[in-house]
This record gives sequence, C-alpha cells and structure tokens, in this order.
Amino acid sequence: MSKHLINLEDLEREGIQELLHLADRFVEVTQRPIPKVPALRGRTIAMLFFEDSTRTRMSFDLAAKRLSADVLEFPTHTSSLSKGESIQDTVETIHSLGVDALIIRHNLNGLPQEIADGVGEAPSVINAGDGSNSHPTQGLLDAYTLCEHFHGSAGPQASLSGIHIGIIGDVKHSRVARSDVYAYNALGATVTVVAPKSLQPSDLTDWPVKISEDLDAVLPTLDVVGLLRIQNERMEEALVHSIDEYVESYGMTEARAAVLRDEVVITHPGPVNRGVELAETVLENRKNVLIKQQVKNGVPVRMAVLFRLLGSGVEID
Amino acid sequence: MADRERRMTPPYGGVFFARTTVLDAAQVQRALTRISHEIIERNQGLEEVVLVALQTGGVEIARLISRLLFEIDGIDVPVGTLDVALYRDDIGLRPVMPEAATEIPVDLSGKIVVLVDDVLFTGRTIRAALDALTDFGRPRSVQLAVVIDRGHRELPIRPDFVGKNLPTRRDEVVDVNPEGVLLGEMRK
Repeated sequence: MSKHLINLEDLEREGIQELLHLADRFVEVTQRPIPKVPALRGRTIAMLFFEDSTRTRMSFDLAAKRLSADVLEFPTHTSSLSKGESIQDTVETIHSLGVDALIIRHNLNGLPQEIADGVGEAPSVINAGDGSNSHPTQGLLDAYTLCEHFHGSAGPQASLSGIHIGIIGDVKHSRVARSDVYAYNALGATVTVVAPKSLQPSDLTDWPVKISEDLDAVLPTLDVVGLLRIQNERMEEALVHSIDEYVESYGMTEARAAVLRDEVVITHPGPVNRGVELAETVLENRKNVLIKQQVKNGVPVRMAVLFRLLGSGVEID
Repeated sequence: MADRERRMTPPYGGVFFARTTVLDAAQVQRALTRISHEIIERNQGLEEVVLVALQTGGVEIARLISRLLFEIDGIDVPVGTLDVALYRDDIGLRPVMPEAATEIPVDLSGKIVVLVDDVLFTGRTIRAALDALTDFGRPRSVQLAVVIDRGHRELPIRPDFVGKNLPTRRDEVVDVNPEGVLLGEMRK
C-alpha cells in the first residue's frame, strides 16, 4: 500500500485484511461516550467532490473529524475550475496550502490515479469513486459489514470464505461492483454477477466471478444478495426496456424475498430506488437488510484508511 | 509482554536478548502482593477502585493484581483495558498502530482509576492514557501502578505504586512477565 488509496487491487488480500482489522479498533472508538481521538490532530484533508454524493462525502467528513483532522471542503461548483483552471492546477494549489490528503470523487475513470501519479509522495490521494472504475472505500466497508455480520468483527484474518455473494443489477456502470467483487474475492468468497447482457461490462469474463442472467436460478444458492442502484439514465440509453421489465427480472420483490432463507442478507450501496431494485416492503420489514449497517460502518472503515495513510507512520510497501 | 517497548526501541524489528534477571517469579509475585496491599491501604478499601490496564504490557499484570485484591479483600474490582496508540504524541514519528482492544467496562466518572502498566519509562504512554481516560468519564482520582520504574522520564509523571526501581540505560529493554523481569537489549 502506498501513500494513496486508488484501487483495492493495489492492496491485495493482506492489505485489505489489515485495514479491516484496523477498522475493528475504530468501531470501538465510534462507540465511546466521546467518539473522537486526537490521532490526526494538525493534519488537513481536502475534499474534492466533482460529482454529487451525500453518504460518501459525509462519511469521509465524519471519519476525518473523529480523528481530529481539519477538513477543507473544496467548492467544485464555485471554484476557479469553473473559470477554466485545470484539475491539475487546482491540485497544485491545494497542495501549496499545506494539505495532507485529497479525497477525490470524479466521473472520469482513472482521474485519481492520474492525480496520484502527478503528486508523487504527498499529499495522499484517496479515491472516493471514479466513474465506473473503482470505489475502494465502499468495497472495504461492504466487506467489513459482511465480516461483522457473519463473524462479529473482521479480526486479524478477515475472511468470507464459504459465503456465496450475488451482485445484481447494473454491473456495467458500477464502480461499487468492481470494488466489491475484488474485496469479496480477495477474502475468499464465491461471487456471482447477475445482470442482463446489456448491463454486463465487456470484460466481465476476466473477472473472478460466475456470470448469470437468471436471478431466480441463482437466488436459492446465495448467502448475500448484493443489490446495485439502477440509474435512470440507463433507461434513457435504452439498456433496459422499462422499469417494470427490470423489476420483473431483477428486482428484489416481495415474492423473491419470500424465497430467501431467513439468514440470507441483503446489501445495497444506497441510495435505494424503492420499488425498483428493492421493494418497499422488503426494505422496511425484512430482518437481514444491512443497508443501515453499511452506512454506519463507512465511518470506522474510512477512519482506518485515513489513519493508515496519514497517521500510522508505518512504512508501507 | 512489553511488546510496545520492544517495537519502539531501535533497531526496529530486532530480537530481544536478555542479559540479567532482575526479579524472579517469586519476587514478582511478592511485589504485586505488596502493590495490592498498598492500593487497598491508600484508598481505604476497594469501593470505587477500577483497574485500567495499558495494552499490551499491563493486561496480564492487572489480571494478577485483581486476583490478589480479591484474595485479600474479597472484592472483585472491575478491570478495563486501554490502547493509547491514537492518543500518542509521536504519531507519524515512528510506527504507531492501534492493535489491541480498548474495553472500559464501567463509567469512570467518580471512580478511582488505577492505571496498570509493566514498565514506566519516558511517561509518554501514561500522558496519552490520561488523555484517553477523559473520553470515558471524569474519575475522582487516577493512580499509577507499575512493576518496574526504569527512569528517564520526559514528563512530570510519577508512579503511586512501584514493584522495583531499576536504573537503566536508555537503549536497554526491560521485559516484564509473571515469570520474572529481564534486562537486555534489542539486536538485529
């Protein structure tokens, strides 16, 4: 692991396990009467969100604050970027201000990597989601949530082996899917991607997953139903004929939820399109829907990432 | 035991070589028994006393003291653990990783907290522990019990209960465990 977190692929299994175990410690911190530690006092973290985000942005913000770092919100809409300044120049400027880390979200695949290559050692660059490429902290928090659900915590040797996870929906445009698949697979889970041909990425056969277009055939074998958000613009691109048709084939409807064993869990990176990927009644009434737990775990997992990159002082290779 | 000190004493990643035995098992046991009596005497009983062990070196010691306190006074004092890695003032200067559990079983407000550690050295761990404690309540008083006070303090911190005062060189390492106290050094 370098001074940056761009893709989970850079971490490999051991790096992921180390971060998840560190997250165990920060879960305890977030449960204290005063859930804040001085570990990153004096460090400054800039947030550059070029794409709308509520939970990821708030989660990073809270994680930084619970570590006592100062957070600088970069107003991407009103900044000199709108005057034509390039992102690279903006990064230079922010660096000159004495910032220790940049948390970047952008709709361009590979932009965080490009920026990391440009800055060298400092500041640390953390990818908060780039295009359809990668969303490493989401992959980590999803893996953490499943480890916590099945084993109580991550522990030093976090593992999901023996667990069959389905990733269902718009895999083609999903950075979450890519990061989840990598994390789950690295921790030993079996992963099946379930999506119509039009929503499968062209390189899917290279992924370490089984592939299916038939949710009802796969459903009885799953321990985890990982739903993805279906975005409205996909309908406009005509990749999906209609919402009704999508729901009929791939939605977690009441009828499908009834087929699931009680212990099967449902995850979703949010925000949920109620009645599309997930039926309202299932969301409200089913016991093992982990969506709130995913959001909750985002904070300690991101604390672990920030502390590992900025605070631990450990030489990382 | 003394993992933290080993990790933080150069050469990093070295192996501990013992040169002398400072205390044997019986002497450690006697020192802990005396400390237990002193804790009871100082606080006129164990009513409000909570032991808080510093991770990782203090944990085993605190467990032994709590057992002795029970044998002497018949009271089961609560025992907590504290990992102070996130409160250290040398974060970023050398390897610091929170790797052991913090578990405080009771609200510390109004309690008498006895911090327990194996070795008192620069005092920086205790400084961090005092900061950490304030996040768990406002103790009536905080006291410090250590098996070995090896000197070289860098802060105005002193122990209340000491097993043995041991003059050392800075580059030496003290290894404390229930079977004895060893003095030695780290070698690559």
